[in-house]
Amino acid sequence: MPFLLKGVVVTIELTVMAAILAFIMAFIAGFARLSKFAIVRGITQIYVEIFRGTSLLVQLFWVYFVLPFFGIELSAMMTGVLVLGLNYGAYASEVIRSSILAIPKGQTEAGIALNMSPSLIMKRIILPQAMLIMLPPLGNYLIELIKSTALVSLITLHDLMFCGTMINNVTMRTIEVYSLVLIIYFLLAYPLTLAIRRLEKRLSAGRL
Amino acid sequence: MSEIVTETSNNGIQNFEPIVRYQKVSKSFGDTEVIKELDLDVAPAEKIGIIGPSGSGKTTLIRMLMTLEKPTSGTIEVDGELLWHKRVNGNLVPADEKHLRKVRSKVGMIFQQFNLFPHMTMLRNVTEAPIHVLGLSREEAEERAITMLEKVGLKDKLDQYPRQLSGGQQQRVAIARALVMNPKIMLFDEVTSALDPELVEEVLAVIKEIALEGNMTMLLVTHEMQFAREIADRIVFINGGTIIEQGPPEEIFENPKHERTQNFLRRFNKKN
Repeated sequence: MPFLLKGVVVTIELTVMAAILAFIMAFIAGFARLSKFAIVRGITQIYVEIFRGTSLLVQLFWVYFVLPFFGIELSAMMTGVLVLGLNYGAYASEVIRSSILAIPKGQTEAGIALNMSPSLIMKRIILPQAMLIMLPPLGNYLIELIKSTALVSLITLHDLMFCGTMINNVTMRTIEVYSLVLIIYFLLAYPLTLAIRRLEKRLSAGRL
Repeated sequence: MSEIVTETSNNGIQNFEPIVRYQKVSKSFGDTEVIKELDLDVAPAEKIGIIGPSGSGKTTLIRMLMTLEKPTSGTIEVDGELLWHKRVNGNLVPADEKHLRKVRSKVGMIFQQFNLFPHMTMLRNVTEAPIHVLGLSREEAEERAITMLEKVGLKDKLDQYPRQLSGGQQQRVAIARALVMNPKIMLFDEVTSALDPELVEEVLAVIKEIALEGNMTMLLVTHEMQFAREIADRIVFINGGTIIEQGPPEEIFENPKHERTQNFLRRFNKKN
């Protein structure tokens, strides 16, 4: 059991760091996709399509096992954070982009009529409204991210899944071990679902 | 299509230094030309009612003045300064954001769909720009905002959100929000068209009050003919992107010279 808890810590670490990277990437790429410069949009599009179009597991293997041939050696943890972060960042950038586009044009126009600068309009008018739209899908991605971290056990990172498998190999109590692992993943994900729901309620105060 | 020769402004108000001047302004959306080489001078404090069939270009005309649409060609001057252009060594170059913001500060606009910020209370809707654009302190901005909200009769709704108010109330807050920036020129884009009929009056009453104060230049795109007649110094009839006829309200409404104006007003009176 203590061994399993060590795995939980690694899973949480990995999730938090990958989520932060994903969030940053999502915002950068989301805004870049709205850029007026075609080249910025193009590069971002390539990034998004590469990570969306290939398997997450293969990406992990590729970075961990292939990159060393080019002289780039990353630890299992680094690989996990990088690949998961870039991968989910690519998906989530679509959410950022589309929720900004979903805010009616009249809001921007009202801002212009009040002589607000473009950045002020984005920060105080568009984003606060877009947040509300992006929150549920971003929450979904976050929960999916937690569960996807199990894949890093395959590149030897000692996360929850890896530790579970190790214990199983020693004890052979397959039913108990994997059921426990299942429950722990649920216990990690469910509070997040609740937290996101509460945040959503708070953000929508007075609006519905 | 454009066999009509635009009458130049011989409408009683003469020899003024215009606060707004459109010169040969054209605007196309793709292949459709919605404004065609239009000239229009507006005197300081003048109230102009802009009428015309839908699709005639009247909304585009004022949206260009609010910098929401960029003219395809021609120039617009506001208070002696070019709006969309800058003069650099005697040449006209497109204006940058900084220049646009400087000239734009003299113009305000009320929209058909109110466009209040749904995530802010009424008070914050009105204080947002004074605080973040004019740089007023929160106290000062709130004081000004409350004065304005009082003026439009909504002082008791400060902490409510737009959704909690009727369309008429929302539009009145939008008026307060624009007034608090103290523009010299106020644009009204069919501000009662999205309202239930019984709510139109309360909004028109507020606009009338502002008009009667006198010193604000107002351009009103409207379908409320009676209202336009009451408050406008001049009626401008637009069709097909050009000014067909303009003059004092009595003249346009009672004795329109141009056939298109006659047809438009006849159709309009029949509908109502």
